[in-house]
Amino acid sequence: MLLKLIEYIGALIEGPIEGVGRIMVLFYSVLKWLFRPPFEIRNIFKQMLEIGVKSLPVVLITAVFTGMVLALQSYTGFKRFGAEGLVGSVVALSMTRELGPVLTALIVTGRAGAAIAAELGTMRVTEQIDALETLATNPVKYLVVPRFLSGTIMLPALTVVTDIVGIIGGYFVTVILFGVSSRAYLRTTWDYLEVEDIYNGLIKACFFGASFALVSCYKGFYTKGGAEGVGQATTGAVVVSSMTILVSDYFLSAWLFK
Amino acid sequence: MIELKDVYKSFSGKDVLCGANLKVERGESVVVIGGSGSGKSVLLKHIIGLLKPDKGTVIVDSTDLSQINEDGLNEIRKKFGMLFQSAALFDSMKVWENVGFGLKRHTHLADSEIKEIAVRKLKMVGLVDVEEVMPSELSGGMRKRVGLARAIAMEPEILLYDEPTTGLDPIMADAINDLIIKMREELNVTSVAITHDMKSAYKIADTIAMLYNGVIIAKGTPDEIKNTSDPVVKQFIEGSAEGPIVLEGIKK
Repeated sequence: MLLKLIEYIGALIEGPIEGVGRIMVLFYSVLKWLFRPPFEIRNIFKQMLEIGVKSLPVVLITAVFTGMVLALQSYTGFKRFGAEGLVGSVVALSMTRELGPVLTALIVTGRAGAAIAAELGTMRVTEQIDALETLATNPVKYLVVPRFLSGTIMLPALTVVTDIVGIIGGYFVTVILFGVSSRAYLRTTWDYLEVEDIYNGLIKACFFGASFALVSCYKGFYTKGGAEGVGQATTGAVVVSSMTILVSDYFLSAWLFK
Repeated sequence: MIELKDVYKSFSGKDVLCGANLKVERGESVVVIGGSGSGKSVLLKHIIGLLKPDKGTVIVDSTDLSQINEDGLNEIRKKFGMLFQSAALFDSMKVWENVGFGLKRHTHLADSEIKEIAVRKLKMVGLVDVEEVMPSELSGGMRKRVGLARAIAMEPEILLYDEPTTGLDPIMADAINDLIIKMREELNVTSVAITHDMKSAYKIADTIAMLYNGVIIAKGTPDEIKNTSDPVVKQFIEGSAEGPIVLEGIKK
Protein backbone atom coordinates (compact mmCIF):
# COMPACT_ATOMS: atom_id res chain seq x y z
CA MET A 1 0.00 0.00 0.00
CA LEU A 2 2.73 2.44 1.12
CA LEU A 3 4.94 1.32 -1.73
CA LYS A 4 2.12 1.96 -4.19
CA LEU A 5 1.60 5.44 -2.78
CA ILE A 6 5.31 6.25 -3.10
CA GLU A 7 5.28 4.85 -6.63
CA TYR A 8 2.24 7.00 -7.48
CA ILE A 9 3.83 10.15 -6.06
CA GLY A 10 7.08 9.32 -7.85
CA ALA A 11 5.31 8.96 -11.18
CA LEU A 12 3.46 12.21 -10.52
CA ILE A 13 6.57 14.31 -9.89
CA GLU A 14 8.89 12.58 -12.36
CA GLY A 15 7.58 14.57 -15.35
CA PRO A 16 7.88 18.05 -13.79
CA ILE A 17 11.34 17.31 -12.38
CA GLU A 18 12.52 16.08 -15.77
CA GLY A 19 11.02 19.23 -17.33
CA VAL A 20 12.90 21.50 -14.90
CA GLY A 21 16.12 19.64 -15.66
CA ARG A 22 15.64 20.02 -19.40
CA ILE A 23 14.81 23.72 -19.07
CA MET A 24 18.05 24.15 -17.14
CA VAL A 25 19.97 22.37 -19.90
CA LEU A 26 18.35 24.69 -22.45
CA PHE A 27 19.20 27.69 -20.23
CA TYR A 28 22.83 26.60 -20.10
CA SER A 29 22.86 26.24 -23.87
CA VAL A 30 21.32 29.74 -24.23
CA LEU A 31 24.02 31.24 -21.98
CA LYS A 32 26.70 29.42 -23.94
CA TRP A 33 25.49 30.81 -27.28
CA LEU A 34 24.52 34.25 -25.98
CA PHE A 35 28.06 35.60 -26.02
CA ARG A 36 29.31 33.84 -29.13
CA PRO A 37 29.46 35.80 -32.36
CA PRO A 38 27.95 36.24 -34.87
CA PHE A 39 25.19 37.97 -32.93
CA GLU A 40 21.74 37.62 -34.38
CA ILE A 41 21.10 41.38 -34.34
CA ARG A 42 18.38 41.34 -37.01
CA ASN A 43 16.66 38.43 -35.37
CA ILE A 44 16.84 40.08 -31.95
CA PHE A 45 15.25 43.29 -33.23
CA LYS A 46 12.54 41.28 -34.97
CA GLN A 47 11.74 39.50 -31.71
CA MET A 48 11.82 42.75 -29.73
CA LEU A 49 9.19 44.02 -32.13
CA GLU A 50 7.10 40.85 -31.80
CA ILE A 51 7.36 40.49 -28.02
CA GLY A 52 7.59 44.13 -26.99
CA VAL A 53 6.19 46.61 -29.46
CA LYS A 54 3.27 44.49 -30.62
CA SER A 55 2.26 43.81 -27.00
CA LEU A 56 2.02 47.53 -26.31
CA PRO A 57 -1.72 47.99 -27.08
CA VAL A 58 -2.87 45.21 -24.70
CA VAL A 59 -0.38 46.31 -22.08
CA LEU A 60 -1.65 49.92 -22.29
CA ILE A 61 -5.29 48.90 -21.88
CA THR A 62 -4.45 46.59 -18.98
CA ALA A 63 -2.35 49.28 -17.29
CA VAL A 64 -4.83 52.12 -17.56
CA PHE A 65 -7.77 50.06 -16.28
CA THR A 66 -5.73 48.51 -13.50
CA GLY A 67 -4.69 51.98 -12.31
CA MET A 68 -8.29 53.15 -12.56
CA VAL A 69 -9.83 50.25 -10.65
CA LEU A 70 -7.11 50.46 -8.02
CA ALA A 71 -7.93 54.13 -7.46
CA LEU A 72 -11.66 53.43 -7.47
CA GLN A 73 -11.43 50.62 -4.92
CA SER A 74 -8.98 52.36 -2.63
CA TYR A 75 -10.84 55.68 -2.77
CA THR A 76 -14.20 54.16 -1.85
CA GLY A 77 -12.60 51.93 0.80
CA PHE A 78 -10.31 54.56 2.31
CA LYS A 79 -13.12 57.11 2.41
CA ARG A 80 -14.71 55.06 5.22
CA PHE A 81 -11.92 56.11 7.54
CA GLY A 82 -11.05 59.40 5.92
CA ALA A 83 -7.81 58.29 4.27
CA GLU A 84 -8.77 59.07 0.68
CA GLY A 85 -5.74 61.34 0.47
CA LEU A 86 -3.53 58.24 0.34
CA VAL A 87 -4.99 56.92 -2.90
CA GLY A 88 -2.06 58.28 -4.91
CA SER A 89 0.52 56.37 -2.92
CA VAL A 90 -1.54 53.17 -2.92
CA VAL A 91 -1.75 53.30 -6.72
CA ALA A 92 1.91 54.18 -7.18
CA LEU A 93 3.26 51.58 -4.76
CA SER A 94 0.95 48.81 -6.01
CA MET A 95 1.78 49.50 -9.63
CA THR A 96 5.56 49.78 -9.32
CA ARG A 97 6.17 47.05 -6.77
CA GLU A 98 3.63 44.46 -7.78
CA LEU A 99 0.96 44.96 -10.41
CA GLY A 100 3.15 46.57 -13.05
CA PRO A 101 5.63 43.70 -13.39
CA VAL A 102 3.20 40.85 -12.70
CA LEU A 103 0.31 41.96 -14.91
CA THR A 104 2.61 42.92 -17.76
CA ALA A 105 4.34 39.55 -17.50
CA LEU A 106 1.03 37.65 -17.51
CA ILE A 107 -0.34 39.63 -20.45
CA VAL A 108 2.84 39.25 -22.49
CA THR A 109 2.96 35.53 -21.66
CA GLY A 110 -0.60 35.09 -22.93
CA ARG A 111 0.23 36.89 -26.13
CA ALA A 112 3.90 36.41 -26.98
CA GLY A 113 4.57 33.23 -24.95
CA ALA A 114 1.78 31.40 -26.75
CA ALA A 115 3.03 32.70 -30.09
CA ILE A 116 6.62 31.58 -29.38
CA ALA A 117 5.53 28.06 -28.38
CA ALA A 118 3.20 27.74 -31.39
CA GLU A 119 5.81 29.00 -33.84
CA LEU A 120 8.69 26.87 -32.56
CA GLY A 121 6.34 23.90 -32.10
CA THR A 122 5.21 24.13 -35.72
CA MET A 123 8.81 24.48 -36.84
CA ARG A 124 9.67 21.33 -34.87
CA VAL A 125 6.84 19.16 -36.22
CA THR A 126 7.38 20.31 -39.81
CA GLU A 127 11.12 19.52 -39.51
CA GLN A 128 12.15 23.16 -39.97
CA ILE A 129 14.35 22.93 -36.86
CA ASP A 130 16.07 19.85 -38.31
CA ALA A 131 16.45 21.76 -41.58
CA LEU A 132 18.23 24.57 -39.69
CA GLU A 133 20.69 22.05 -38.30
CA THR A 134 21.35 20.52 -41.72
CA LEU A 135 22.16 24.06 -42.90
CA ALA A 136 24.89 24.17 -40.22
CA THR A 137 22.89 26.58 -38.05
CA ASN A 138 22.50 25.97 -34.33
CA PRO A 139 18.76 26.27 -33.63
CA VAL A 140 19.28 27.39 -30.01
CA LYS A 141 21.43 30.28 -31.19
CA TYR A 142 19.18 31.14 -34.11
CA LEU A 143 15.76 30.69 -32.50
CA VAL A 144 15.98 30.61 -28.70
CA VAL A 145 18.68 33.19 -27.90
CA PRO A 146 16.93 36.13 -29.69
CA ARG A 147 13.60 35.32 -28.01
CA PHE A 148 15.21 34.92 -24.59
CA LEU A 149 17.09 38.19 -24.93
CA SER A 150 14.06 40.08 -26.23
CA GLY A 151 11.87 38.78 -23.40
CA THR A 152 14.46 39.82 -20.81
CA ILE A 153 14.86 43.30 -22.29
CA MET A 154 11.32 44.09 -23.36
CA LEU A 155 9.44 43.08 -20.23
CA PRO A 156 11.09 45.71 -17.99
CA ALA A 157 10.58 48.26 -20.77
CA LEU A 158 6.88 47.43 -20.96
CA THR A 159 6.68 47.48 -17.16
CA VAL A 160 7.93 51.10 -17.13
CA VAL A 161 5.05 51.94 -19.48
CA THR A 162 2.59 50.02 -17.29
CA ASP A 163 3.76 51.83 -14.15
CA ILE A 164 3.37 55.26 -15.72
CA VAL A 165 0.06 54.56 -17.47
CA GLY A 166 -1.35 52.92 -14.33
CA ILE A 167 -0.54 56.01 -12.27
CA ILE A 168 -2.15 58.18 -14.96
CA GLY A 169 -5.27 55.96 -14.81
CA GLY A 170 -5.36 56.38 -11.04
CA TYR A 171 -4.98 60.14 -11.45
CA PHE A 172 -7.91 60.24 -13.87
CA VAL A 173 -10.29 58.47 -11.47
CA THR A 174 -9.13 60.20 -8.27
CA VAL A 175 -8.74 63.74 -9.58
CA ILE A 176 -11.22 63.98 -12.44
CA LEU A 177 -14.00 61.66 -11.27
CA PHE A 178 -13.78 62.05 -7.48
CA GLY A 179 -12.54 65.61 -7.42
CA VAL A 180 -9.47 65.13 -5.18
CA SER A 181 -7.01 67.93 -5.85
CA SER A 182 -4.37 67.21 -8.42
CA ARG A 183 -1.60 68.47 -6.12
CA ALA A 184 -2.66 66.18 -3.29
CA TYR A 185 -2.70 63.11 -5.58
CA LEU A 186 0.72 63.83 -7.04
CA ARG A 187 2.20 64.71 -3.64
CA THR A 188 1.08 61.41 -2.08
CA THR A 189 2.30 59.61 -5.19
CA TRP A 190 5.84 61.00 -4.85
CA ASP A 191 6.07 61.23 -1.08
CA TYR A 192 5.90 57.53 -0.40
CA LEU A 193 7.44 56.23 -3.63
CA GLU A 194 11.12 55.36 -3.50
CA VAL A 195 13.51 54.63 -6.33
CA GLU A 196 13.98 51.12 -4.96
CA ASP A 197 10.28 50.41 -5.46
CA ILE A 198 10.70 51.12 -9.15
CA TYR A 199 13.92 49.28 -9.81
CA ASN A 200 13.09 46.28 -7.67
CA GLY A 201 9.90 46.03 -9.72
CA LEU A 202 12.00 46.15 -12.87
CA ILE A 203 14.33 43.43 -11.58
CA LYS A 204 11.27 41.25 -11.11
CA ALA A 205 10.16 42.13 -14.66
CA CYS A 206 13.57 41.09 -16.00
CA PHE A 207 13.28 37.74 -14.28
CA PHE A 208 9.70 37.23 -15.49
CA GLY A 209 10.74 38.14 -19.05
CA ALA A 210 13.61 35.66 -19.03
CA SER A 211 11.52 32.89 -17.49
CA PHE A 212 8.46 33.20 -19.75
CA ALA A 213 10.68 33.34 -22.85
CA LEU A 214 12.72 30.33 -21.73
CA VAL A 215 9.67 28.25 -20.78
CA SER A 216 7.83 29.11 -24.01
CA CYS A 217 10.88 28.33 -26.14
CA TYR A 218 11.38 25.07 -24.26
CA LYS A 219 7.77 24.03 -24.79
CA GLY A 220 7.91 24.86 -28.49
CA PHE A 221 11.37 23.47 -29.09
CA TYR A 222 10.57 20.03 -27.70
CA THR A 223 7.09 19.68 -29.19
CA LYS A 224 6.15 16.14 -30.18
CA GLY A 225 3.37 14.95 -32.44
CA GLY A 226 1.44 17.00 -34.96
CA ALA A 227 -1.16 19.72 -34.55
CA GLU A 228 -2.23 18.31 -31.19
CA GLY A 229 1.35 18.51 -29.93
CA VAL A 230 1.58 22.16 -30.98
CA GLY A 231 -1.69 22.87 -29.16
CA GLN A 232 -0.41 21.20 -26.01
CA ALA A 233 2.89 23.05 -26.22
CA THR A 234 1.08 26.38 -26.53
CA THR A 235 -1.22 25.70 -23.57
CA GLY A 236 1.68 24.32 -21.56
CA ALA A 237 3.81 27.39 -22.29
CA VAL A 238 1.13 29.78 -21.00
CA VAL A 239 0.23 27.69 -17.93
CA VAL A 240 3.79 26.90 -16.84
CA SER A 241 5.04 30.45 -17.53
CA SER A 242 2.14 32.00 -15.60
CA MET A 243 2.67 29.66 -12.65
CA THR A 244 6.40 30.37 -12.68
CA ILE A 245 5.72 34.11 -12.69
CA LEU A 246 3.20 33.97 -9.82
CA VAL A 247 5.21 31.61 -7.61
CA SER A 248 8.57 33.30 -8.21
CA ASP A 249 6.89 36.67 -7.62
CA TYR A 250 6.37 35.81 -3.97
CA PHE A 251 9.94 34.72 -3.40
CA LEU A 252 11.44 37.59 -5.39
CA SER A 253 9.27 40.08 -3.47
CA ALA A 254 10.28 38.55 -0.16
CA TRP A 255 13.92 38.84 -1.18
CA LEU A 256 13.86 42.27 -2.83
CA PHE A 257 11.45 44.19 -0.58
CA LYS A 258 12.84 43.29 2.83
CA MET B 1 32.59 8.42 -48.30
CA ILE B 2 29.95 7.57 -45.72
CA GLU B 3 30.03 4.57 -43.43
CA LEU B 4 27.64 3.43 -40.74
CA LYS B 5 29.19 0.75 -38.56
CA ASP B 6 27.03 -1.34 -36.29
CA VAL B 7 24.65 1.51 -35.47
CA TYR B 8 22.14 0.97 -32.67
CA LYS B 9 19.38 3.41 -31.81
CA SER B 10 16.28 3.09 -29.66
CA PHE B 11 13.56 5.53 -28.64
CA SER B 12 11.76 5.10 -25.31
CA GLY B 13 12.85 1.47 -25.13
CA LYS B 14 11.80 0.69 -28.71
CA ASP B 15 14.71 -0.55 -30.82
CA VAL B 16 14.77 1.14 -34.21
CA LEU B 17 18.27 0.39 -35.47
CA CYS B 18 19.89 -2.82 -34.26
CA GLY B 19 23.36 -2.91 -35.73
CA ALA B 20 22.84 -1.27 -39.10
CA ASN B 21 25.82 -1.26 -41.48
CA LEU B 22 25.97 0.77 -44.67
CA LYS B 23 28.80 2.01 -46.85
CA VAL B 24 28.38 4.65 -49.52
CA GLU B 25 31.25 5.35 -51.87
CA ARG B 26 32.02 8.77 -53.30
CA GLY B 27 29.79 9.55 -56.27
CA GLU B 28 27.54 6.59 -55.60
CA SER B 29 23.76 6.83 -55.43
CA VAL B 30 22.37 4.60 -52.73
CA VAL B 31 18.68 4.12 -52.06
CA VAL B 32 17.59 2.62 -48.77
CA ILE B 33 14.22 0.92 -48.99
CA GLY B 34 12.07 -0.32 -46.17
CA GLY B 35 8.53 -0.24 -44.83
CA SER B 36 6.92 2.66 -43.01
CA GLY B 37 8.34 2.92 -39.51
CA SER B 38 11.30 0.67 -40.35
CA GLY B 39 13.78 3.37 -39.27
CA LYS B 40 14.82 4.70 -42.68
CA SER B 41 14.50 8.34 -41.60
CA VAL B 42 16.37 7.57 -38.38
CA LEU B 43 19.17 6.05 -40.46
CA LEU B 44 19.32 9.11 -42.70
CA LYS B 45 19.34 11.49 -39.72
CA HIS B 46 22.37 9.65 -38.32
CA ILE B 47 24.34 10.35 -41.49
CA ILE B 48 24.04 14.13 -41.05
CA GLY B 49 24.39 14.05 -37.27
CA LEU B 50 20.80 15.04 -36.44
CA LEU B 51 20.70 11.91 -34.29
CA LYS B 52 23.53 10.27 -32.42
CA PRO B 53 23.81 6.50 -32.27
CA ASP B 54 23.38 4.77 -28.90
CA LYS B 55 26.15 2.45 -30.04
CA GLY B 56 28.25 2.21 -33.19
CA THR B 57 29.87 4.83 -35.38
CA VAL B 58 28.98 7.07 -38.28
CA ILE B 59 31.93 8.11 -40.42
CA VAL B 60 31.82 10.84 -43.05
CA ASP B 61 35.01 11.41 -45.06
CA SER B 62 37.06 9.60 -42.42
CA THR B 63 35.65 11.74 -39.58
CA ASP B 64 33.80 9.94 -36.82
CA LEU B 65 30.79 12.17 -36.11
CA SER B 66 30.64 11.15 -32.45
CA GLN B 67 34.20 12.36 -31.88
CA ILE B 68 33.71 15.97 -32.98
CA ASN B 69 32.14 18.97 -31.27
CA GLU B 70 29.27 21.14 -32.48
CA ASP B 71 31.52 23.39 -34.58
CA GLY B 72 33.18 20.41 -36.22
CA LEU B 73 29.80 18.89 -36.93
CA ASN B 74 28.61 22.12 -38.54
CA GLU B 75 31.70 22.15 -40.76
CA ILE B 76 30.88 18.59 -41.88
CA ARG B 77 27.27 19.58 -42.46
CA LYS B 78 28.34 22.20 -44.97
CA LYS B 79 29.26 19.27 -47.23
CA PHE B 80 25.65 18.11 -47.13
CA GLY B 81 22.38 19.13 -48.66
CA MET B 82 19.20 17.52 -47.45
CA LEU B 83 15.75 17.39 -48.98
CA PHE B 84 13.12 16.70 -46.36
CA GLN B 85 9.97 14.67 -46.89
CA SER B 86 7.75 17.71 -46.37
CA ALA B 87 10.43 20.03 -47.83
CA ALA B 88 10.68 21.77 -44.39
CA LEU B 89 10.81 25.23 -45.95
CA PHE B 90 11.01 28.13 -43.50
CA ASP B 91 7.51 29.48 -43.77
CA SER B 92 8.39 32.94 -42.47
CA MET B 93 10.77 33.55 -45.40
CA LYS B 94 10.32 34.09 -49.09
CA VAL B 95 11.39 31.35 -51.50
CA TRP B 96 14.71 33.03 -52.40
CA GLU B 97 15.52 33.60 -48.72
CA ASN B 98 14.91 29.90 -48.12
CA VAL B 99 17.21 28.91 -50.96
CA GLY B 100 19.85 31.42 -49.92
CA PHE B 101 19.66 30.68 -46.18
CA GLY B 102 22.94 28.76 -46.00
CA LEU B 103 24.73 31.36 -48.14
CA LYS B 104 23.45 34.17 -45.95
CA ARG B 105 24.74 32.49 -42.81
CA HIS B 106 28.01 31.08 -44.00
CA THR B 107 29.29 33.52 -46.64
CA HIS B 108 29.79 37.28 -46.83
CA LEU B 109 27.81 37.66 -50.04
CA ALA B 110 25.47 40.63 -50.42
CA ASP B 111 21.72 40.00 -50.51
CA SER B 112 21.59 40.84 -54.20
CA GLU B 113 24.23 38.22 -54.99
CA ILE B 114 22.51 35.62 -52.82
CA LYS B 115 19.25 36.30 -54.60
CA GLU B 116 20.97 35.90 -57.95
CA ILE B 117 22.36 32.50 -56.92
CA ALA B 118 18.97 31.49 -55.52
CA VAL B 119 17.27 32.34 -58.81
CA ARG B 120 19.89 30.29 -60.67
CA LYS B 121 19.41 27.29 -58.37
CA LEU B 122 15.64 27.59 -58.68
CA LYS B 123 16.02 27.54 -62.45
CA MET B 124 18.10 24.37 -62.16
CA VAL B 125 15.18 22.65 -60.47
CA GLY B 126 12.77 23.98 -63.06
CA LEU B 127 11.25 26.92 -61.20
CA VAL B 128 11.07 30.47 -62.50
CA ASP B 129 9.44 33.62 -61.11
CA VAL B 130 8.77 32.13 -57.68
CA GLU B 131 11.59 33.78 -55.75
CA GLU B 132 9.36 36.43 -54.17
CA VAL B 133 6.58 33.98 -53.26
CA MET B 134 6.00 32.66 -49.73
CA PRO B 135 6.32 28.84 -49.36
CA SER B 136 2.67 28.53 -48.26
CA GLU B 137 1.57 29.63 -51.75
CA LEU B 138 3.36 26.73 -53.46
CA SER B 139 2.07 23.27 -54.39
CA GLY B 140 3.62 20.11 -52.91
CA GLY B 141 5.77 19.44 -55.98
CA MET B 142 6.99 23.02 -56.12
CA ARG B 143 7.86 22.97 -52.41
CA LYS B 144 10.01 19.88 -52.96
CA ARG B 145 11.78 21.63 -55.82
CA VAL B 146 12.44 24.67 -53.64
CA GLY B 147 13.69 22.30 -50.92
CA LEU B 148 16.03 20.76 -53.47
CA ALA B 149 17.22 24.18 -54.62
CA ARG B 150 17.99 25.01 -50.98
CA ALA B 151 19.83 21.71 -50.58
CA ILE B 152 22.10 22.40 -53.57
CA ALA B 153 22.61 26.12 -52.89
CA MET B 154 25.88 25.60 -51.00
CA GLU B 155 27.14 23.21 -53.69
CA PRO B 156 27.29 20.18 -51.44
CA GLU B 157 29.24 16.99 -52.02
CA ILE B 158 26.54 14.78 -50.57
CA LEU B 159 22.78 15.01 -51.07
CA LEU B 160 20.34 13.26 -48.76
CA TYR B 161 16.75 12.69 -49.83
CA ASP B 162 14.07 11.80 -47.30
CA GLU B 163 11.23 10.17 -49.23
CA PRO B 164 11.60 12.48 -52.22
CA THR B 165 8.53 11.25 -54.10
CA THR B 166 6.13 10.58 -51.23
CA GLY B 167 2.88 12.53 -51.45
CA LEU B 168 3.33 13.54 -55.09
CA ASP B 169 1.28 12.47 -58.09
CA PRO B 170 3.04 9.91 -60.35
CA ILE B 171 4.04 12.45 -62.99
CA MET B 172 5.46 14.91 -60.46
CA ALA B 173 7.18 11.99 -58.68
CA ASP B 174 8.89 11.00 -61.92
CA ALA B 175 9.89 14.59 -62.56
CA ILE B 176 11.56 14.66 -59.11
CA ASN B 177 13.33 11.39 -59.95
CA ASP B 178 14.65 13.00 -63.14
CA LEU B 179 15.82 15.97 -61.11
CA ILE B 180 17.69 13.72 -58.68
CA ILE B 181 19.47 12.09 -61.61
CA LYS B 182 20.18 15.51 -63.12
CA MET B 183 21.65 16.75 -59.82
CA ARG B 184 23.96 13.78 -59.73
CA GLU B 185 25.09 14.19 -63.31
CA GLU B 186 25.56 17.95 -63.19
CA LEU B 187 26.91 18.37 -59.65
CA ASN B 188 28.68 15.03 -59.36
CA VAL B 189 27.34 14.45 -55.85
CA THR B 190 27.11 11.37 -53.69
CA SER B 191 23.49 10.72 -52.87
CA VAL B 192 21.60 8.74 -50.29
CA ALA B 193 17.84 8.50 -50.62
CA ILE B 194 15.31 6.65 -48.53
CA THR B 195 12.03 5.64 -50.05
CA HIS B 196 9.39 2.95 -50.25
CA ASP B 197 8.60 3.90 -53.83
CA MET B 198 10.21 1.07 -55.80
CA LYS B 199 9.79 2.79 -59.17
CA SER B 200 11.79 5.70 -57.84
CA ALA B 201 14.39 3.41 -56.25
CA TYR B 202 15.01 1.50 -59.49
CA LYS B 203 15.33 4.73 -61.42
CA ILE B 204 17.74 6.71 -59.23
CA ALA B 205 19.86 4.04 -57.51
CA ASP B 206 23.24 2.52 -58.31
CA THR B 207 22.79 0.48 -55.19
CA ILE B 208 19.66 -0.45 -53.28
CA ALA B 209 19.83 -1.48 -49.63
CA MET B 210 16.90 -2.85 -47.68
CA LEU B 211 16.40 -1.98 -44.02
CA TYR B 212 14.36 -4.49 -42.06
CA ASN B 213 14.11 -5.03 -38.30
CA GLY B 214 16.81 -2.42 -37.73
CA VAL B 215 19.46 -3.97 -39.96
CA ILE B 216 20.40 -3.79 -43.63
CA ILE B 217 19.36 -7.23 -44.81
CA ALA B 218 20.22 -6.91 -48.49
CA LYS B 219 22.31 -4.71 -50.72
CA GLY B 220 22.83 -4.83 -54.45
CA THR B 221 22.29 -3.21 -57.81
CA PRO B 222 18.69 -2.60 -58.87
CA ASP B 223 18.87 -5.72 -61.07
CA GLU B 224 20.22 -7.87 -58.25
CA ILE B 225 17.47 -6.63 -55.96
CA LYS B 226 14.82 -7.29 -58.63
CA ASN B 227 16.03 -10.88 -58.99
CA THR B 228 16.54 -11.55 -55.31
CA SER B 229 15.60 -14.84 -53.74
CA ASP B 230 15.33 -13.35 -50.25
CA PRO B 231 11.66 -13.76 -49.33
CA VAL B 232 11.53 -10.55 -47.26
CA VAL B 233 13.03 -8.38 -50.00
CA LYS B 234 10.93 -10.14 -52.60
CA GLN B 235 7.74 -9.46 -50.67
CA PHE B 236 8.65 -5.81 -50.21
CA ILE B 237 9.61 -5.03 -53.80
CA GLU B 238 6.55 -6.85 -55.10
CA GLY B 239 4.37 -4.99 -52.64
CA SER B 240 2.60 -8.08 -51.42
CA ALA B 241 0.66 -8.26 -48.16
CA GLU B 242 1.38 -12.01 -47.95
CA GLY B 243 4.82 -13.06 -46.83
CA PRO B 244 7.28 -13.10 -43.97
CA ILE B 245 7.14 -9.34 -43.22
CA VAL B 246 5.04 -8.71 -40.15
CA LEU B 247 3.07 -5.49 -40.29
CA GLU B 248 3.12 -3.81 -36.94
CA GLY B 249 -0.26 -3.77 -35.22
CA ILE B 250 -1.95 -5.79 -37.98
CA LYS B 251 -3.16 -9.32 -37.41
CA LYS B 252 -3.07 -11.70 -40.31
